[in-house]
Amino acid sequence: MSETTPLEDPNLAIQPPLDNPVMSFLRQERMPHIWCPGCGIGTTVNCFTRALTDAGVGLDRLAIVSGIGCTGRVAGYLNLDSFHTTHGRAIPFATGLKLARPELEVVVYSGDGDLFAIGGNHFLHAARRNQDLMVVCVNNFTYGMTGGQLAPTTPEGASQTTAPFGNFEAPMSLPYIAEAAGAVFVARWTVYHVRQLARTFKEAFRRKGFRFIEILAPCPTLFLRRNRLGDGVDGVRVYKERSVIRDGADTRTIGLGMEGEIVVGTFVDRPRPTWLEAMDAYYQKVFGDRYRPVGGGSHVEG
Amino acid sequence: MAGNGTSRKARGTVFVRPELCKGCDYCIEFCPTDCLEFSPNFNAKGYHYPTLARPEDCTGCGLCGLYCPDFAIFGMRFQEIEAMRERLMARTQNEGGTPK
Repeated sequence: MSETTPLEDPNLAIQPPLDNPVMSFLRQERMPHIWCPGCGIGTTVNCFTRALTDAGVGLDRLAIVSGIGCTGRVAGYLNLDSFHTTHGRAIPFATGLKLARPELEVVVYSGDGDLFAIGGNHFLHAARRNQDLMVVCVNNFTYGMTGGQLAPTTPEGASQTTAPFGNFEAPMSLPYIAEAAGAVFVARWTVYHVRQLARTFKEAFRRKGFRFIEILAPCPTLFLRRNRLGDGVDGVRVYKERSVIRDGADTRTIGLGMEGEIVVGTFVDRPRPTWLEAMDAYYQKVFGDRYRPVGGGSHVEG
Repeated sequence: MAGNGTSRKARGTVFVRPELCKGCDYCIEFCPTDCLEFSPNFNAKGYHYPTLARPEDCTGCGLCGLYCPDFAIFGMRFQEIEAMRERLMARTQNEGGTPK
């Protein structure tokens, strides 16, 4: 290989199968991936696979659903049961999957444009119903794959290809929306906080209900370059300087701008019956013994 | 040896797959002991990839592997590598095979 692998020692009786631990989770024939140099999406994938190992999630009981966009490629690169859906419809597909196969752990892994612009309505209702989904949103403040158009998350003042004089619209605060809509677990990290992110994924795997994790990632090719903010590593360095860990912070106060602090942490952690649990409880009350709870196929007899 | 006249001993090392690297600088920037540098060499795509410039400082914490967006680098403690090799040796012997 290279000069950086000093352990290939011919004196060793047997060479350990040294490979990056993340590699066993990837479709290696598709590497190297299409993400730009300095893009943070790969880092989130690292943290996600680390959490899968640490939390001991059974890989045959896990499904990844992605929409369209740069982050939507995650489903194509992970060597798990995965589904690359139409634009904005990752949550509806995931909801259907979860209701048909309630034993599965279903993760929606997509970008801010997919989940909150074209798919915003689905997000609201899945959170309201507390569908048992884990939604991971990689927020890069722009539409990366289509050329850097103005996104609902673009901070005020930022230049985009469809806002060449700067953005005057108020951006969405994703954790605020998630909490208001009824999510049971809401967290935000940046790609600088890799250990914390892996731990939060692990905690989210141990909970039920609608869990939402926002990850701020640099887009060096479009957002950073257009706003003269440097390379991907400069973007992550800015996250390091601006971020403040404040667990349990009021989500009304944690909006993002071009400057000012970035509040990160776990903001909401409150149990609530999931949609299937609520349906079982309600129909058992209405129909009594004639109702067969979900698991053996949900329906009313007679 | 590391600066200030102190003598240190490496506790781990890193492994690089240069062909996957895109030279984004994450691992070099965020290494807690600052032991990585860009290699003067290029990979096939023309990117400089990281190399372990100060091996005596490496603790094998694996943070470079967690940061790398291109899955091109990872670090390991010698202890972990040793344990892995022993497990593999034991398995090979149990299966009746001979280690190569």
